Amino acid sequence: MADNATSPLTATAPPGAASATALTVRNLSVYFGENHVLKDVSLGIAARAVTAIIGPSGCGKSTFLRALNRMHELVPEARMTGDIRLFGDDIYAPTVEPVIVRRRVGMVFQKSNPFPTMSIAENVTVGLRLNGARDRKLLAGRTEQSLRMAALWDEVKDRLNAPAVSLSGGQQQRLCIARALAVQPEVLLMDEPASALDPLATSKIEDLILELKKDYTIVIVTHNMQQAARISDFTAFFYLGELVEFDVTTKIFTSPTKKQTEDYVTGRFG
Amino acid sequence: MTAPNHRWRKFKNALMQFVTCTCAILVVIPLVLVFYHLVNSGFSSINWAFFTRLPKPVGESGGGMVNAIVGTFILLGQAALLGVPVGVLGGVFLSEYGSSRLNWWIRFAADILNGVPSITWGIVVYALLVVPMKGFSALAGGVVLGMMMIPLVMRTTEEVLQLVPNGYREAALALGIAKWRTIVQIVVRTALKGIVTGVLLALARVAGETAPLLFTAFGNRFWTHKLTEPIAAMPLQIFNYAISPYDDWHRQAWAGALVLLLLVLSINIGVRFLTRDRFQRNV
Repeated sequence: MADNATSPLTATAPPGAASATALTVRNLSVYFGENHVLKDVSLGIAARAVTAIIGPSGCGKSTFLRALNRMHELVPEARMTGDIRLFGDDIYAPTVEPVIVRRRVGMVFQKSNPFPTMSIAENVTVGLRLNGARDRKLLAGRTEQSLRMAALWDEVKDRLNAPAVSLSGGQQQRLCIARALAVQPEVLLMDEPASALDPLATSKIEDLILELKKDYTIVIVTHNMQQAARISDFTAFFYLGELVEFDVTTKIFTSPTKKQTEDYVTGRFG
Repeated sequence: MTAPNHRWRKFKNALMQFVTCTCAILVVIPLVLVFYHLVNSGFSSINWAFFTRLPKPVGESGGGMVNAIVGTFILLGQAALLGVPVGVLGGVFLSEYGSSRLNWWIRFAADILNGVPSITWGIVVYALLVVPMKGFSALAGGVVLGMMMIPLVMRTTEEVLQLVPNGYREAALALGIAKWRTIVQIVVRTALKGIVTGVLLALARVAGETAPLLFTAFGNRFWTHKLTEPIAAMPLQIFNYAISPYDDWHRQAWAGALVLLLLVLSINIGVRFLTRDRFQRNV
């Protein structure tokens, strides 16, 4: 194992990266009851970059993503071992509340889920309002800022009080991204954010991700290999709960080290 | 695929359609009959005095049952004060907290309680409240109706909360919103119409209860000034008038039954209205 210490698989810094590390994952294992879903995963997520997580269904991609903001704890019998640090802070320290972790590590889901009882503007500010923000000026400012960042402002600025569910599917997903951005997280996790959208809406989301990585650290789970190749700087390939390969995206897609990775990215399985 | 077979199958299909249609109509017939009969016998006795006057002494004709109408609303108000918070919060616990094992037992208990005969509720509250307080009271009547509402409201609340997609809970929690705020502001708010519907249906259900009130609210021919006094209620008044020997009281009983039915009917129609709106929005 000695030579592994410097290989991308066990190194907890992003491969070949000069940039800072936002999240450091060491020896992460996640269990759901008796089920060992993630096995001893270690990797580093580069700050202000896009890291893609790929792998066949059931390989633990989503679980890995959810472990990064403790969302996997919603499953009653979930438990984990290992260590995850967000800019040096242990997010699983006994004194750390999951609520605080999630304010720093936001999440966008596969299925867009704007709150049906709220307007577009209310959806954007819900994270702030339900955490006690009352200042109307701040909320209005943050609404515009977040919607602009999510490339939705021009489409909705004249109907901020319309119900959020009146938007199209792609708009709803960008609204969800705006909602996640409004609480100003440090990291944005995306769980197949474009898989339910048409190609046009997908390309908008992808452009948005490329824009957002200037300010945010993004981790995206995707089933779409081309998407991972297009938008990510680093790619991690998971298989059966293990991290098989983690490297710079171009390397994963052009000259992967492992046979399994090559088979998967060339479409021979999965 | 021969022709006779096909015809036989068509015949069976038509027969089944006829049988099921007949049964569906049989469900509606009692409502039509009851309504027709009540309108027939009671409508002529409904007049201004019926809604504004107290009952006249025995032997005198005329008067009304304003005290019973008001009494029913007071009893329903008390019942809602007890049944709605306990039922809704219990439903929230079942849906959002609790372990599956504990929830199984709570659900089991609630379902048994929903099947307890209403007169049993009356006896229980008689023993728990009327005997210690040394007298029938409006309070005891409100408590018994409220207790009957709790399991009804709890189960419907749980069911509508379960209909709220998990994606909303996850979205809220992922924004760093605390769990209780997520439940109150996101989950309950999304399901609010369903919860209100459940509450209204439970109120409509207990509004017509007579048996539990016999041991608790008891009935009163006059105004009730304190909740510790017996109070009139429409079902009780109807019962008392119906078993009396006086024709005028019989007519008033019919009128009371009609008004009570209209009250329950209007609650149900209100519920239809709410749920229809809800579906339209979801589509």
